[in-house]
Amino acid sequence: MTGKEYRTITDVKGPLVFLNKTEPVAFGEIVTLRLSNGTIKNGQVLDTSDDLVIVQVFEGTSKIDREAGVTFMGDVFKLPVSTDLIGRILDGAGRPRDGGPEIVAEEKADIIGAAINPYSRQSPNDFIQTGVSAIDLCTSLVRGQKLPIFSASGLPHNDIALQIARQAKLKDSDEEFIVVFCAMGITAEEYNFFRSDLERTGALENAVLFVNLADDPAVERIITPRLALTAAEYLAFEKDYHVLVIYTDMTNYCDALRQIGAAREEVPGRRGYPGYMYTDLAMLYERAGIIKNKKGSITQFPILTMPGDDITHPIPDLSGYITEGQIVISRELHQQGIYPPINVLPSLSRLMGSCIGEETTREDHKSVSDQMYAAYAQGRELRGLVAIVGEDALNERDKQLLTFSGVFEDKFLRQTRDEDRSIEETLDLCWTLLSSIDTKYLVRLDQKWIDKYHPDNRA
Amino acid sequence: MSNEGVIYRISGPVVTATGMKAAMYDVVRVGEEGLMGEVIELHGDKAVIQVYEDTSGIRPGEPVLNTQETLSVSLGPGLLTQIYDGIQRPLPTLEEEMGVFITRGVDADAFDLEKIWTFEPQVAVGDEVVAGQVIGHVQETETIVHKIMVPPTVGGVVKSIESGDFNVTQTVCVLEDGTELQMMQKWPVRTPRPFQQKYAPETPLITGMRILDFLFPLAKGGAAGIPGPFGSGKTVTQQSLAKYSDAQLVVYIGCGERGNEMTEVLDEFPHLIDPNTGKPLMERTVMIANTSNMPVAAREASVYTGITIAEYFRDMGYDVALMADSTSRWAEAMREISSRLEEMPGEEGYPAYLSSRIAEFYERAGRVETLNGDDGSVTVIGAVSPPGGDISEPVSQGTLRIVKVFWGLDAGLARQRHFPAINWLNSYSLYPQSLDQWFRDNISQDFPEVRTQISGLLQIESELQEIVQLVGSDALPTDQQLTLEVARMIREFFLQQNGFHDVDAYCDIHLQYQMAKAILSFQDAAKSAMASGAVLNDVVNVPARSDLMRGRFEKGYIDNIADMVKKMTDEIADTVEEN
Repeated sequence: MTGKEYRTITDVKGPLVFLNKTEPVAFGEIVTLRLSNGTIKNGQVLDTSDDLVIVQVFEGTSKIDREAGVTFMGDVFKLPVSTDLIGRILDGAGRPRDGGPEIVAEEKADIIGAAINPYSRQSPNDFIQTGVSAIDLCTSLVRGQKLPIFSASGLPHNDIALQIARQAKLKDSDEEFIVVFCAMGITAEEYNFFRSDLERTGALENAVLFVNLADDPAVERIITPRLALTAAEYLAFEKDYHVLVIYTDMTNYCDALRQIGAAREEVPGRRGYPGYMYTDLAMLYERAGIIKNKKGSITQFPILTMPGDDITHPIPDLSGYITEGQIVISRELHQQGIYPPINVLPSLSRLMGSCIGEETTREDHKSVSDQMYAAYAQGRELRGLVAIVGEDALNERDKQLLTFSGVFEDKFLRQTRDEDRSIEETLDLCWTLLSSIDTKYLVRLDQKWIDKYHPDNRA
Repeated sequence: MSNEGVIYRISGPVVTATGMKAAMYDVVRVGEEGLMGEVIELHGDKAVIQVYEDTSGIRPGEPVLNTQETLSVSLGPGLLTQIYDGIQRPLPTLEEEMGVFITRGVDADAFDLEKIWTFEPQVAVGDEVVAGQVIGHVQETETIVHKIMVPPTVGGVVKSIESGDFNVTQTVCVLEDGTELQMMQKWPVRTPRPFQQKYAPETPLITGMRILDFLFPLAKGGAAGIPGPFGSGKTVTQQSLAKYSDAQLVVYIGCGERGNEMTEVLDEFPHLIDPNTGKPLMERTVMIANTSNMPVAAREASVYTGITIAEYFRDMGYDVALMADSTSRWAEAMREISSRLEEMPGEEGYPAYLSSRIAEFYERAGRVETLNGDDGSVTVIGAVSPPGGDISEPVSQGTLRIVKVFWGLDAGLARQRHFPAINWLNSYSLYPQSLDQWFRDNISQDFPEVRTQISGLLQIESELQEIVQLVGSDALPTDQQLTLEVARMIREFFLQQNGFHDVDAYCDIHLQYQMAKAILSFQDAAKSAMASGAVLNDVVNVPARSDLMRGRFEKGYIDNIADMVKKMTDEIADTVEEN
């Protein structure tokens, strides 16, 4: 059905082209547009009927006129995949960006992807050691999990993501991850930062980059993460790799989604974002996981910046409902000069329970994590009280907790950008810090762990 | 016009067909691949269809075939232990047919039609049977007898009845008028199954969760809403309810939620033991999993599929509990379809009929006299995921208007790791009045009074906390400091419950009462000791009190708690002499 070119465009609006009906065009079909100046653009069918076809143009509709020729390609959008992808840099539409040759396809995969049958999934339970104490102790990452970083502009989320990408490994294993990096609307500067860091550490050889920058067409951002995930699925489920997908910035993706919704004159949901944004995001996030009887896995690490630091904004809100937890970056901690400025209180890993303990990390992990969290939470709360009544009004327990909250931030959270702490080091550090609190106040620690690990008893 | 038409337009999950004879809610087969869909709107010659599978690659001009049936579920032996997608296709069968990724165009029977079940007749030739009457029994799982009923629209005199081994499509009973009855029947999902009358609920659904059973009880046949922001523990609460509530059957609907979570349930349930029967939980469970990335129209259908199955078991005289996690995703599916239909939106883009759909759904809960005169119930517990945790949004409000129990999850409590993170100040249950008699008769005569005391203390605490925020707790008089200590004991010892702990996850209702009494005993003992000159700090720190509190993690607590309370009150009395 390809080859035939139509010149029946009636309307062009935002990223959308409307054309009079031609032949039976499939929903989701790929379209090429040839402009009068010879430029080729690509698009996809969003709506099709006997009289009208709506095409979403990935490269933007600039210079499209009613004379432009439209060809329907007879197929839905597919990405050529092969293991040659590893080590390559592609643009937001899947074309080489590194000057290298086209990808020779081993097969072509539909980029929309199909849902994994929940019955065929395998529960993720392999602990990933990131070497970042706050994450390993309080929001443990599991292979096959989707754990986003909720950040905001001006915070070092990129450094944290890169540190995790560099250091992430299974405990007692040297098995490395293939990193699939997906940039959506980030600046060239940020991109260069990522690329040079990956180059510096040699990780680029084990990475695939899909790059849509801030000055690339916004609509293309809709397909960029789908390409990245399609590549990830191929590498994980066909080629047995463990894949870590980092995408940044989901906020730009959602804004592109809103842009298309507005151009289609759809009824908007909250803050102008389309009502189907939850489903749309789920189509991305749910492509993480492990499948029974397959060796590979996909772990997702999406980064999103919360507009106005607002965690109830639709983007973090809908993401939080789909992802298996979140790591929240705090401006307050960042301003105190603490790196990584992870606020453990609103952070959460839903799959943590299945991956920690005697067999995977250490027997006291759960207890220590609960105790550290509780003591820090109470200490933080007391700061508010102290501001009103002064420190002298506190009782002994509260004084100890208050001091602890400072130590927690300074000694436990703070680490350098290339400090890779093993989980044992992290746990031992916790015990050292907790020993500043009287044992009788450490109600969340089992006595048997106190006997075994408390510095007083170890000496 | 014929039953066959052609596709005119495709827009995501919404397809328009022309030239086809169609009625509302007819099930149609769309395109060359025969994708399943349902007619949801008629415009002259055009029928608008929501399609339950992905529509990519479908073209205008492809055929559409009307099956003339409405969306129905198959009901019969084989339902239990199954896991379905939103339109009752078993997920294991889908895996066999299309591999680990869910593609499309596969039709699957709801259960094995060839499997042989032993049918034990309960009626004899010549008996008159009415709609809903039980004609035979099948022992479906170890714990559940599947009662084979006359379909709700049929009745007559038994001409012949079989006994022995049959599959679900073989005729086991023939009526005088020639009607043949099989073990399997079908029922349209959007139509509530009929019953004789609704009763007022008067038995509590015991869940084993202290804050729910004790402070905010739900009746069998009632409806509850659990709204909460993400991370506040909706799913954990729903799963605990599915595991431990004393319903005889559980229908669990994972509606637009996470894939890994459903997998966890699937992995866990077969190994979990039902505390009420001692048998694997899976044997009393039907699961429906339509995760967030599975087709949105099937998500819309999933809650109806679930509740119809629940009603079917109710009609056998069982107490059924249905968990829907999350109804917000169901509402969003409605919103998505509605916007594709270009309907005029109501609040926040949701269709104007949102609240009536929610009400219709919850109204299918209830304790009823079934057609055959038995007593059965469907209890509905719906999770709500309000954006940003703000329950002023339409789905929460539509739910709160209809349910009688509100378990409000609180992000702040979750952040303090207080689980279940149910806020005791804004949650409510309107059932206590109708349930109090049951509690008096079965637990203790003073049960309602103890509850009032406990919730009163929590109320006072919240008022005192405001003062403490300003002046610190040391500035309060000692009796108020004691009240704060007692309230803290209620929170940490009673309300907090570890859903993952072997022992603490399920708390017997008798034990709940004893624990509440233990707290009041502490209060009384402390008060009288302090009246005689004891110091609050000594009273609070008696070793027996922490033993009592820690005891709830040990097996056999219910046997020891009385002694522990005695020891505590003795020790508290002793603090007087020390001074």
